Amino acid sequence: MVKYILKRVGYMIITLFIVTSLTFFLMKLIPGSPFNNFEKLSEVQRNILLDKYGLNDPLPVQYFNYMMNLVKGDLGVSFQFDNTPVTELIANRLGPSAQLGFQAMVVGSILGILLGVIAALKQNTWIDYGSTFIAVVGKSIPSFIFAGLMQYYISVKLGWLPVMLWKGPEYTILPTIALAMFPISIAARFMRTEMVEVLGSDYITLARAKGASRWQISFKHALRNALIPVVTVLGPLAVSLMTGSLVIEQIFGIPGIGEQFVKSINMNDYPVIMGTNILFAVLFIVVILIVDILYGIIDPRIRVSGGKTK
Amino acid sequence: MEKILEVKDLNISFHTFSGEVKAIRGVSFDLYNGETLAIVGESGSGKSVTTKSIMRLLPEHNSEIKGGQILFGGKDLTKLKDKDMQKIRGKDISMIFQDPMTSLNPTMKIGNQIMEPLIKHQNMSRHAAKERAIELLKLVGIPKAELRVDQYPHQFSGGMRQRVVIAIALACNPKVLIADEPTTALDVTIQAQILELMKDLQKKIDTSIIFITHDLGVVANVADRVAVMYGGKIVEIGTADEIFYNPKHPYTWGLISSMPDMDTQDDELFSIPGTPPDLLDPPKGDAFAPRNPFVMKIDLEQEPPFFKVSDTHYAATWLLHPDAPKVEPPAAVLRRQNQFFSGNADLVKVGNAGQASFPENKEGK
Amino acid sequence: MSNKDITISKDMFAPVHIDPSKSEKIAKPSLNFWQDSWLRVRKNKGAVVSMVILVIMILMAFVGPMITPYSYDTQNTKHNNLPPRIQGLEDVHWLPFDGTLSRRDGTVYNAYEVRKVDAYYWFGTDNLGRDQFARVWKGTQVSLFIAFMAALIDMAIGVAYGAISGYLGGRIDSVMQRIIEVIVGIPNLIVVVLMILVLKPGIIPIIIALTITGWTSMARVVRAQVLKFKGQEFVLAAKTLGASNSSIIFKHMIPNMFGVIIINTMFSIPNAIFFEAFLSFIGLGLQEPHASLGTLVNAGFKSMIAFPYQMIIPSIMIALIMVCFNLVADGLRDALDPKMRD
Repeated sequence: MVKYILKRVGYMIITLFIVTSLTFFLMKLIPGSPFNNFEKLSEVQRNILLDKYGLNDPLPVQYFNYMMNLVKGDLGVSFQFDNTPVTELIANRLGPSAQLGFQAMVVGSILGILLGVIAALKQNTWIDYGSTFIAVVGKSIPSFIFAGLMQYYISVKLGWLPVMLWKGPEYTILPTIALAMFPISIAARFMRTEMVEVLGSDYITLARAKGASRWQISFKHALRNALIPVVTVLGPLAVSLMTGSLVIEQIFGIPGIGEQFVKSINMNDYPVIMGTNILFAVLFIVVILIVDILYGIIDPRIRVSGGKTK
Repeated sequence: MEKILEVKDLNISFHTFSGEVKAIRGVSFDLYNGETLAIVGESGSGKSVTTKSIMRLLPEHNSEIKGGQILFGGKDLTKLKDKDMQKIRGKDISMIFQDPMTSLNPTMKIGNQIMEPLIKHQNMSRHAAKERAIELLKLVGIPKAELRVDQYPHQFSGGMRQRVVIAIALACNPKVLIADEPTTALDVTIQAQILELMKDLQKKIDTSIIFITHDLGVVANVADRVAVMYGGKIVEIGTADEIFYNPKHPYTWGLISSMPDMDTQDDELFSIPGTPPDLLDPPKGDAFAPRNPFVMKIDLEQEPPFFKVSDTHYAATWLLHPDAPKVEPPAAVLRRQNQFFSGNADLVKVGNAGQASFPENKEGK
Repeated sequence: MSNKDITISKDMFAPVHIDPSKSEKIAKPSLNFWQDSWLRVRKNKGAVVSMVILVIMILMAFVGPMITPYSYDTQNTKHNNLPPRIQGLEDVHWLPFDGTLSRRDGTVYNAYEVRKVDAYYWFGTDNLGRDQFARVWKGTQVSLFIAFMAALIDMAIGVAYGAISGYLGGRIDSVMQRIIEVIVGIPNLIVVVLMILVLKPGIIPIIIALTITGWTSMARVVRAQVLKFKGQEFVLAAKTLGASNSSIIFKHMIPNMFGVIIINTMFSIPNAIFFEAFLSFIGLGLQEPHASLGTLVNAGFKSMIAFPYQMIIPSIMIALIMVCFNLVADGLRDALDPKMRD
């Protein structure tokens, strides 16, 4: 178990290293400069600017400085916002994004799991087909398309919910739904498959042979076993939320990290782009690591006396 | 002896994509108090389906009991609602399955799995149930029971798991225990241990056992009476002695001949040619006809009824009809019949408590 | 049990000769793998309907821009922001093709009459007066092209990588797998964004960005299959007959893997469409005058309130394509995956 965790952490560090280096070098490859009207400045002025931001140093030196700063937690300063440290910029925007992500994750997984369980228990009835339909639609249609259509029909035409911005709980409803569609679908699909497989296994038949009731079998016996593999899917789901949030925040005008990221891309604000990239990479990797560890804890076959999993 | 379970003319079908499979086509038998009845047959003969139907464990969405009765404790089990069956399962009738590796819930402690029927059927408190669970583990021969009651299935070996399954089944002292090939998935040495355990427990708890198997050696070890199934019907039924030493149905002859024993002199092992019948479209006459070396015209036209051989021995074959020609059964069967009629060897002792054991018949020792 | 309704005559007991081979006859005709799978796919109505819709859309992607008199990039500012109007459907007011718009206060007016435009734009026009019908189908063309190319390249790289890794085994396999694990650990999003930033948006850069990380799932699946086949006897037989390594991989193993390869490819197509649309939304998509479904939706967003059709029509197109591809991929997987056989 410990070996397993150490191995995963090792990979995590390697990946982080690669991502940060990749980010650095690719950024250097981007033609043009981050400064507005650079060409209009004189040679001397250009050099002053470049020196100030350390952009005239030889590449290896820049790389070294960059890595050192990273380790210190210094992500540089934004070009766009007049020297505001990137970390500060990001910290200010974490709140809405975190709230949105959390809500979508909770709503998505719980609804999805419930839907999957019900579909498995009522196999081949219209409830099953209905939930499969929702699952397919939810996983196929991109979240921003949902967002757009919902925004038009529910906010603009029907006026039931606010169109944009983030001023109160009712503002969070549409974005949460739009983001949660994907997790709901994946969780429901997965849960149903696992549940159906578990319900067909020998130990469930034995439980029936002991006289257990329907309810006891579904929830006490089957659900626990079916839920375990579903945990593994939560990691990638959380990651997909991060991707989705970029556009959702744009569409609904939510002042989160995603919106910042897109703005900085359009403005060529390299430090912010790099900083946000790295933040995403770290989040991504850490979430996956947590889910992997969680899985090891929940499954008694792994947790207790190192038995083999199926 | 009183009857504890009566199955009368059971007919069960499965509805599949290709059509209706008539899996059980008129099965009748009785189970007496305290005895062990073995049901033998090939895969697909209907042994499992019959016993699962007693517990009403067949999948509801595609199986149908088309006719017949299962009488137990004054009720017809085919007519009971599932809620009422739940009260019987695990309490009056229990079942153990073939594969111990998959019979137990992998994420639930062993103790809890044993305690479940105790709490549900006998209203025990958790504390009392746990005590009883430890007792049961000791009864089935699990060492360090107090420790092991809190462990998970993957921490037990195959043989131990099967013992746990037996403990669960016997927790509430059921009147009937159905064992569906409980030793097939185990090593031979473990097999012997489990069989000994079952016989021992049967004496202690006074339960009747229906034992399904395809292994005749096991049958000889445990059974008082034997029912041979083929193509969804019982083709011969009798005491263990009668079936082993005086079988009358050609299929049983085939089975006995396929069992190599110390006296076998042949170079080749005998096997019954052909394959079991397709129950999507059951044959008109005797289902065994295509593989029967002694087949007659009437076998292709009509199903044979049961012919009486003795009070306890019946066989469904036209060969027992007065007009049928006398045929000589295969050599292996003949040898046994000689032993039977000459009273030569120490035959199986048939008694109420199922003390069947395989006879030592090497030179009459 | 039978009832003895007829008298049984003595001659019924005469022995009969049975031909054992007759009982072995098999009732159904034998089908090969592809025929069997095709039958299964046909049973899945969702997949069949989706396939039909997809075929129609692909056809339209080619034909669409040709059947309208306007080209996708001709601007005509006098005709800008006109709602959809189709000849013959003008008076069917519950359909959105009657050339009307609603004002903020809810009143409905016929834009064509008010602005005195005597033309028919089937899907309306955008803010520069370009025909949306032509643009939507052109956009579909571009989106599908990017998606197919990305999927094909992913397939080529993935199959080659996975087959080589699995076949050679040992150290090489270990190293190749580690590389995949690291690549998979890097978020797709980041790599794609970085690549586009460096290469500047365009059709080829987008395809490159998509394929850099997309091949890993195919590689894993193919490797698993190769490992499975390596131990089987037909490979041993081929080796004994002197087949070379590459011919074993390409002539023996890969044809047996077509099922999983197809399934994986089918799933990566909607993935590519998604990413392309996504890139448009964050400003890294194709530039003018190129149109893809993603850019059209993005542009339509800006005028959603006043001219909703500009967003809705491409949105529905994307949604439709993606749902259909997913349904077809699901159907194919159910049909081709042997583990799901009845």
